[in-house]
Amino acid sequence: MNIPHKSFPIDDAHREPLRHLLTALADDHLILGHRHSEWTGLGPILEEDIAFSSIAQDQMGHALGFYSLLHEHLDAPDPDIHAFTRQETDFSCCQLVEWPIGDYDFSLTRHLFFDLAAGLRMETLSLSNFKPLAQLATKIRGEVKYHMFHAKTMVSQLGKSSDETARARMQTAINRQFGLALGMFEPRVGEQLLDEANIAPIESKWRDRWLEALNAVLDGTGLHIPDPERIEPVYGGRRGYHTEYLQPLLNEMTEVFRLDPQAEW
Amino acid sequence: MYGGGYIPKEETRKTVVNDDPDMLAAFEARVARGEKVEPRDWMPTEYRRQLIRMIEQHAHSEIIGALPEGTWITRAPGFRRKLALMAKVQDEVGHAQLLYSAAETLGKPREAMINDLINGKSKYSNVFNYPAKTWADVAVIGFLIDAAAIVNQVANSKGSYGPYCRALERICYEESFHLKQGHSVFVYLATGTPLQRSMLQDALNRWWKPIMHFFGPSDEMSEHTLTLMRWKVKMATNDDMRQQFLSLYVPKIQELGLSLPDAELRKDADSGKWLFGDPDWAEFFAVIRGNGPCNAERLAVRKAAEVNGAWVRKALQQADARYVTPLA
Ligand SMILES: [Fe+2]
Ligand SMILES: [Fe+2]
Repeated sequence: MNIPHKSFPIDDAHREPLRHLLTALADDHLILGHRHSEWTGLGPILEEDIAFSSIAQDQMGHALGFYSLLHEHLDAPDPDIHAFTRQETDFSCCQLVEWPIGDYDFSLTRHLFFDLAAGLRMETLSLSNFKPLAQLATKIRGEVKYHMFHAKTMVSQLGKSSDETARARMQTAINRQFGLALGMFEPRVGEQLLDEANIAPIESKWRDRWLEALNAVLDGTGLHIPDPERIEPVYGGRRGYHTEYLQPLLNEMTEVFRLDPQAEW
Repeated sequence: MYGGGYIPKEETRKTVVNDDPDMLAAFEARVARGEKVEPRDWMPTEYRRQLIRMIEQHAHSEIIGALPEGTWITRAPGFRRKLALMAKVQDEVGHAQLLYSAAETLGKPREAMINDLINGKSKYSNVFNYPAKTWADVAVIGFLIDAAAIVNQVANSKGSYGPYCRALERICYEESFHLKQGHSVFVYLATGTPLQRSMLQDALNRWWKPIMHFFGPSDEMSEHTLTLMRWKVKMATNDDMRQQFLSLYVPKIQELGLSLPDAELRKDADSGKWLFGDPDWAEFFAVIRGNGPCNAERLAVRKAAEVNGAWVRKALQQADARYVTPLA
């Protein structure tokens, strides 16, 4: 990205809420990118190995983009230091992205849930009054379209398969992680302020659109979502409360970097 | 990566098929003229069989080769290295895909090839039976093993079988980027902190033996070898490829002030050939027989991936619509 000169002007009242928004986006993409990359060499077919690797690379690239915005406009450290040296409690990813890859049904469902939300977020954010974010969101939006194409193709093929095991596995994966998926939309600190300033909507608006879009995606696949009113969203991630899976992930991710964070790798 | 030049000998020789002598003569004349052989063309039975073995082993080497480096993707230090390594390993899996489809044109389905890999009937490059212990191993693999593979793959891309040559041309193009990223990691470590340098020297010491093994022992100049060379299945001798590799890369390693764990390694002024100490071919053969440090682990991981993914492959076969290749 080419940002002419200094930072884009940000109203003082918006700095903290914007920091929360961008950190949540950056951390979600980083951690899910990490998880997706774990499929490398282990996919159920070579084509899926390659697809998950592409998506993981995009997620990492998107994370880098969000960390760069934090660095350039909100005094955060440079992206490597920011991503590779923070404490677990300073991460604000949702818990959905922390879970191990599990079997392919779990990972594919998470990929659908996450990228559907990411697509909607980027669509709105491409109109954000915080222009640097609008530019980045526009770019990311184009890539997320491919992710969604992939997720929809695979989910619908497995959902419509005449193979009963596949259908049951997919439905179970949806049911099991639905609460975690709703957790993607945990309210953010100061979200109302950003909404009023047309920088980013409050999370519940995104959640409502996501539910609608998800029903449309699953329509005709034989798969369905559980009643969202009866599922407790898994919150906490945005405030630094994480699953037992995040710390080991961070240990692994930073293993080499920590040997010498000042060194050039 | 990762085609090693070495194709292990078969334990049991198959019965010799006598091809029509006129067809055989016409085939050999075509190959001698430098024409490419295409899937529907007549070809000697032994030509087909050897090519399937070779391309299949090359494909297996790509997917097994993705494992040692793959374990470092999640640990790569910083975004730049992480993104480059992910893309690199993804390419290797893509190479497997290209090569399996080249081998399929000769009549063996991918599923059958992967089954032969898992049950140990079909081999892959020995070099991947060694562990990648530290981040510096990623540098050595990406720089030197990819470099060695390029020597082999460039030679093979001038072979006689059209689909294999075309796959290799695309592969070699991507390999040149792998070499660049491997070299970059290598140079950063070599010129970095004392810790980084010592990691790299240690990795180089551990990998040198498998690298010397990479092209296999000297070829026996048997009738069989000569036939494969005449048919342009085998394009260069193992020794020639090894010499080429040493000429290109030993100076680059030494320039960076690193040493190689072979006191006898030097270029002979008279012959212009590299001389080296005994690379321990006994170990090489032991690893081929399955007794390397990681043979069991590599196959177990591959097998687990196949078993865990079986339900997906089964369901896709039964999906209404055909599978659409998504992103590659
Ligand atoms: Fe390769
Ligand atoms: Fe390579």
